Amino acid sequence: MSANSARPSPAAQPSGSAFILKKALISALVALVLFSLMIGVRTEAGPQGGLIYWTRFGDLAALVGAVFGGSIIVELLRQWWGPVDKDSIVPKPVQSAISFAGRWLAPALLVFAFLVPVIFYNQRYILDLSILVLTYVMLGWGLNVVVGLAGLLDLGYVAFYAVGAYSYALLATNFGLSFWVCLPLAGILAAFWGVLLGFPVLRLRGDYLAIVTLAFGEIIRLVIINWQSLTGGPNGVSGIPRPTMFGIPLTPGDDGLAARLGIEFSPTHRLVFLFYLILAMALLTNWVTIRLRRLPIGRAWEALREDEVACRALGINTTTTKLTAFATGAMFGGFAGAFFATRQGFISPESFTFQESALVLAIVVLGGMGSQLGVALAALAMIGGFELFRGFDQYRMLVFGIAMVLLMIWRPRGLIGHRAPTVFLERNQAISSDLVKEGHG
Amino acid sequence: MSGDHILTVDRLMMRFGGIVAVNELSFAAERRKITALIGPNGAGKTTVFNCITGFYRPSGGAIRLAHDDGRTIQLERLNDFRISKQAKVARTFQNIRLFPGMTALENLMVAQHNALMRASGLTLLGLLGLPSWREAEQRAIELARTWLNRVSLLDRADDAAGNLPYGDQRRLEIARAMCTEPALLCLDEPAAGLNARESGGLNELLLSIRNEQGTSILLIEHDMSVVMEISDHVVVMDYGVKIAEGTPQAVRDDPKVIAAYLGADEEEAIAVMESGT
Repeated sequence: MSANSARPSPAAQPSGSAFILKKALISALVALVLFSLMIGVRTEAGPQGGLIYWTRFGDLAALVGAVFGGSIIVELLRQWWGPVDKDSIVPKPVQSAISFAGRWLAPALLVFAFLVPVIFYNQRYILDLSILVLTYVMLGWGLNVVVGLAGLLDLGYVAFYAVGAYSYALLATNFGLSFWVCLPLAGILAAFWGVLLGFPVLRLRGDYLAIVTLAFGEIIRLVIINWQSLTGGPNGVSGIPRPTMFGIPLTPGDDGLAARLGIEFSPTHRLVFLFYLILAMALLTNWVTIRLRRLPIGRAWEALREDEVACRALGINTTTTKLTAFATGAMFGGFAGAFFATRQGFISPESFTFQESALVLAIVVLGGMGSQLGVALAALAMIGGFELFRGFDQYRMLVFGIAMVLLMIWRPRGLIGHRAPTVFLERNQAISSDLVKEGHG
Repeated sequence: MSGDHILTVDRLMMRFGGIVAVNELSFAAERRKITALIGPNGAGKTTVFNCITGFYRPSGGAIRLAHDDGRTIQLERLNDFRISKQAKVARTFQNIRLFPGMTALENLMVAQHNALMRASGLTLLGLLGLPSWREAEQRAIELARTWLNRVSLLDRADDAAGNLPYGDQRRLEIARAMCTEPALLCLDEPAAGLNARESGGLNELLLSIRNEQGTSILLIEHDMSVVMEISDHVVVMDYGVKIAEGTPQAVRDDPKVIAAYLGADEEEAIAVMESGT
């Protein structure tokens, strides 16, 4: 508050009750026009098939009144808050606290992640949920290569997730290959499909690229549904083998891990194993991405996002650069898909709808494009937060939507909006998100 | 003397539909010299540049680049990134095209992409962090540091390129082009938007690039103080054709050039000149 009052007074901004009332009246009027038909009049098919209607002016009046009152409150809040710009939204002490927390957040999260199975050993629900969260963290990190670094908007990422899942499911059920053989194969196959998607969209940008990738995601799903002889169609693939700990199955049998270690068998063992498996895979994704960013290929991805024409003038082959971005992102999606298949034991095309793509993209965008920590936080908030709101029942989506809108108002470039340079001479200073391009494709 | 020409443009044609932007243009740029391409607005200078640097594919004619080692490259047959990668022609843009969200140092590192890709074993060796890659990266940083020093931006190495003042961005873009270690450097209006002191500094920079690196320079420029001071050879274009060429002094006194710039007939220009003397 003191910071705000010290600022040059908002003299240009009209204040006073007349202004507030006028604004509230206008809002109320707009609400009246909007809701008069939506709420004021209700129509229904009558018993004789004719249209009957009745009016609900009481509800309408209540809503318009709420808008009027709400508008006054918002305006008062806004004047109390001071002029809206970046500094005043987040006060200075909060900012410094955030930057301090930011430095320790990643290591703290990592330690916490390692301890989750220890802390929550007896809570199956939390273990299951954290495995799900980590799967989305990994998917988010994979898509981050394509969207966040290379700036190529990919709405069909779930296709690679599906390719990975079906690769493992089909190879394991038909040929009896083990998870550890199938995992790299799933990645390679997904990367192959990433390149296949990449070729036709090389020249596309922006909305056009988004539409083609969206279509690609749907094509893969429809092929899976309709190629019944191979994929089982809508029935999916069941009986997918569970992963073994390097050949030792996690079963109650004599050759199981528990029997060999001489401890009592518990189904939680498998959950813990799956947890550490996806944690290791996600961390590998993270490590490779961080590494790649500091290599010429990673810098070329980011340069491509910043200015494609300049890249070409510097002798960078934009074709292979884009294709490697697609392939790398798809490969991680394929790994995650193989993990998904072995965790579920059953997969069907229903798991690979557009909604999954949208969710993963939302995680990347909310997290702050290109930021590894931001993506992890966003996955935690989106998947974990979604579970938190389970009590809200049918309002869950509403609360979720409002939370997303608010987040985008306060942090339009995602939770972690700034970019860390990949190399520095003297000072390692973050680059403001205002300068970083979002990519044109 | 054709052996001394690094770049030979031979009857270059560029049509856009019915419009002929460049019509049978022929000129040559000498090795280790600064050649200026001037002309009124809309004369087709930038189109010529885009043909040379592979952004346009010429409708006709030939562009030959003769390297020091005797290789001759037909630029009109290469396109896109290969001009920079194989023919070693670097360029800057009329409206600066840096990577604004990357630091000045990163911009210069991106320019060394092809050399670094080879050193990183197409990423695989780099991913493992082998010592050979680390050395190559260190060398690249040193080269970038050298160039940052040359354009006096060393203290701003870790600042985002988009945060630099306009004049600094111009110099950084030249440094970035030089980090590709080009044989021919093409500059599209490097002095546009610079004040007198800055364009004086630019002159020194370009002369030092020519003298120390031995890089041939081809530049488009409107700022006559730059053109007259540093260029060894001037080619004047108007309406897509060459109307004059020669030393800066000869071009300055050419009535055709004055006519083109004043938008007057040639006779009128001669009359004006004669009445003046």
